[in-house]
Amino acid sequence: MPFLVIGILIACTILVASYRCMVGPGTYNRIVAANLVGTKAIILLIMTGFVIERPHFIDVALMYAVIAFIGTLIVAKYAERAELCSP
Amino acid sequence: MLPIDILATIILATGAFFMMTGTLGLLKFPDFYTRMHATGKCDTFGQCMVILGCVVYEGFNFITIKLLLVSIFYLLAGPCSTHALMKAGYVTGVPVWKKGDKRA
Repeated sequence: MPFLVIGILIACTILVASYRCMVGPGTYNRIVAANLVGTKAIILLIMTGFVIERPHFIDVALMYAVIAFIGTLIVAKYAERAELCSP
Repeated sequence: MLPIDILATIILATGAFFMMTGTLGLLKFPDFYTRMHATGKCDTFGQCMVILGCVVYEGFNFITIKLLLVSIFYLLAGPCSTHALMKAGYVTGVPVWKKGDKRA
């Protein structure tokens, strides 16, 4: 039962963060909001796995953590230098 | 409820409180850097507390090891991505908010 409540709270915070992702001024505020949504999606996946009692969701959460981290790092480096690999 | 369940619920509620506080900071702070300051710390700590609550609820088995793996990976990855984003914003010249300026 606590996992359902925590999951609903995290989903509400994803809604608030996606407001900043759509409205926020400039590129960097949007990247921060997207990073935050990626973090909360990991928690939401783990809570879903506990609510419907399927532990396979934790593997999905682990892979999603890796993909969100690499994506944020690549976008930050691209916005910093305007190229992906310098010669 | 068992006492271990009550302890797990308290730890889960602490983590959820910190994540909600970080999101509130993202919504209300006036600047890119202050928003980053709010989300970078609260999010990492909140996620680790929620996963610790799941570990306490579950006991020690194979699922717990994978949960701790997620937590340890995010303890390395979260501050790293925060630092990269902050450096990118500072190098490209995102304006710094001072007291009395207009809120962006």
